[in-house]
Amino acid sequence: MGGVNLEKQAPNVVVWLLLLALPYWLPAIGGYTELGSRVVVLGLAAMSLNFLLGYTGVLSFGHAAYFGLGAYGAGMTIRYLVPSTGLGIVIGTLVGTVAAAIIGPLIIRLRGVYFAMVTIAFGQVFYFIAFRWNSVTGGDDGLTGWTRQPLHFGFATVDILHNNVAFYYLILAVFALAVGVMAWLLGSPFGRTLIAIRENERRACFLGIPVDQHIWISWVISCGFVSVAGALYALLNNFVDPRALYWSQSGDFVIMAVLGGMRSFWGPLIGAAIFVVLQDYLSSQTQNWMSFVGLFFVLVVLFFPRGVLGIIRRRIRA
Amino acid sequence: MTQLILFNVFNGLIVGAFYALMALGLSLILNLSGVINFAHGGFLAIGGYLAFTLIPYVGFWGGLILAPLLTALIGLLVERVLIRRVYGRDPLYSLLLTFGLAFMLEDGTRFIWGAQSLPYQVPGWLLSPLSSSYFFLTGYRLFMVLIVGIAVIGLFLILGRTRLGIRIRAGTLDLETVSVLGVNVRMLRNLNFGLGIYLAGLAGVLAAGMLGLQPTIGTSLIMPSFVAIIIGGLGSLPGTLLGGLLIGVASGVTTVFFPSATEAVIYVMMAAVLLIRPRGLLGEEGRF
Repeated sequence: MGGVNLEKQAPNVVVWLLLLALPYWLPAIGGYTELGSRVVVLGLAAMSLNFLLGYTGVLSFGHAAYFGLGAYGAGMTIRYLVPSTGLGIVIGTLVGTVAAAIIGPLIIRLRGVYFAMVTIAFGQVFYFIAFRWNSVTGGDDGLTGWTRQPLHFGFATVDILHNNVAFYYLILAVFALAVGVMAWLLGSPFGRTLIAIRENERRACFLGIPVDQHIWISWVISCGFVSVAGALYALLNNFVDPRALYWSQSGDFVIMAVLGGMRSFWGPLIGAAIFVVLQDYLSSQTQNWMSFVGLFFVLVVLFFPRGVLGIIRRRIRA
Repeated sequence: MTQLILFNVFNGLIVGAFYALMALGLSLILNLSGVINFAHGGFLAIGGYLAFTLIPYVGFWGGLILAPLLTALIGLLVERVLIRRVYGRDPLYSLLLTFGLAFMLEDGTRFIWGAQSLPYQVPGWLLSPLSSSYFFLTGYRLFMVLIVGIAVIGLFLILGRTRLGIRIRAGTLDLETVSVLGVNVRMLRNLNFGLGIYLAGLAGVLAAGMLGLQPTIGTSLIMPSFVAIIIGGLGSLPGTLLGGLLIGVASGVTTVFFPSATEAVIYVMMAAVLLIRPRGLLGEEGRF
C-alpha cells in the first residue's frame, strides 16, 4: 500500500494537536494547565494498563502498586540521592518495572477473576510498606521535603517548578515517548501475538505461542509504563503518599480505560480526561463526591460498557 | 512471653474468625455467580451501624439477630437491581460495578451516621475478664468466637442438608444443568447473595462491639478476606475458613516479633502459597 492512510491518521493528528496546544486553549475554557498535566499523567497510566487489559485481555486490578512504586522511586531519588528530575523518572520507572518482573512469575498462570484478585492483593504489600516505614517514606503523611528540580540542558536551564507550562511540556514529551513505544510494540509481531492471545488463548497456545511468557512480558511492559506515569505524578504534586498505591487507585485506572474505550488506542486517555475533570468538579461541589464517583462507576458499567470511543465507532459503522 | 504469644494467638484467632466470616460470604457469591463483591465491606459496615441504631429499641440480642437479617434484605434488593445485570459478562464489569457500589455504601454510611467513630454498647457482663491470669479472655471475645462458630456450622449445615444448600453446591459445579433440571437459577443466585451478605452483616455486628464503628470499618477487612480465599483455595469453603484462621493467627504472632509487618505478613504467605501450590491449600486442580 505505502503512503499515509489519512483516515487512519486523523485521530492521531487531532489528539496530538489538542495536547500540544493544551496550555493555550484549556485556560480559555475555564481549566488550568495543571489539570491538563493531571489528565496526561493519569491518561498515560490508563493507557499503560490498557496495554494489558485491552490488548492482551488480562484483567489487572493492581496497577496502582506500580504507579505508586514509580512515584516513591522518583520522590525518594530526589529527596535522598540526587536532586535530578530526569534521574528521578528513570529510577522510579526501574523500581516499578523490577517489582513487576519479580511478582510476574507468581501470577501469570492465573486468569480472569483470579488474576484480578491476586494482583489487587499483592498491591497491598507495597501499600503497607509505604504506610509503615515511617522513617524513610514519611508513612501516612507522605513523602515531603523535596520538589521537582530544574532541567539542565547544558546550554540552558528550565525552571519546571514554577513554570507550569514548561512542566506540562516535559510531561508531554515523556508521554509521547512512552505512547510512541507502546504504539510501536502493538504494531509489531509481538503486539499482534498479544492480540491473538486476547482473542483466543487456546488457539494461540496450539500455534506454539508461549502464552504465559507473553503475558509476563506484557505485564512487565504495562507496569513499567504505569510506573513512568507514577514518577510524573509524584513530580506533578511534589509529594507522594500511600494512597497512590491503594487499591482504589487501581479501580480508577480501570474505569478510565473502560470509560474511554478499551478497544481503542486513545480511549483510556479520553476516559482519564472525563474522570479527572469530573472528580475535580465534584470534589469542589460536594462533600459526598465519593457517592457520585461510585454511581458513575455503576452507570458506566450498566450503560456505557464499550466506552465513549466504542459508541462513536459503532455510530460511524452504522 | 508465653502469655504474650498466647494472647496474640488468641487475638489472631478472633481476627481470623472475622476474616473467615467475611471471606465465606465472598466465596459463596464468587463460586456460584463468578462475582467478586468489592462492596462486601460496605455491607459489613451497614450491619454494624444497623445494630447500633436498633439496639436502643430491641436490645443487644435483638440487634444481633435483626441487623444481619436486614443487611441481607438490602443485599437481596441490591442483587435484584444491580448485580444481576452483570452475570455472565466479562468479570471486569462485575468488578467495576461492585467497586462503585463499595464507594456508594461507604459514603452513604458516612452520610447517614456521620464520619466520627461511634461507641457501641456491649452488655457489661460480657466485658469482664474471665480469669485474672488470662486477662485477655474477656467474655465478649469468647462470645464472638462462639457466634462465629455457630454461624459457620450453620452455614455448612445449610449447604450440606437443606434443599437450598444442595442446589447452591450443585450450581457451583454446573449451573446450566441445575437450570435445566428446573431450578430457578435467578432465585438461587439471589438467595445465595443474600446468604453471603448475611454473613457480612453478622461480621459487622460483631466487629462493631470490638472495634467501634467507623464508615471505613469494612474497607480494612476486605483485602485480608481476599487473601484468605486465595490461600485457602478458590472454590473451597473449608479452605476459605482455614485461610481466614491461618492469616489471623499469622498476623497475631507476627505482632509479637515484628510489629511493623503485621499487615504485610499475610501477603507474603499468599505469595508463598501461590509459588508452591497455585490452586491454594484446599483448592481443586484446574478450576481457575
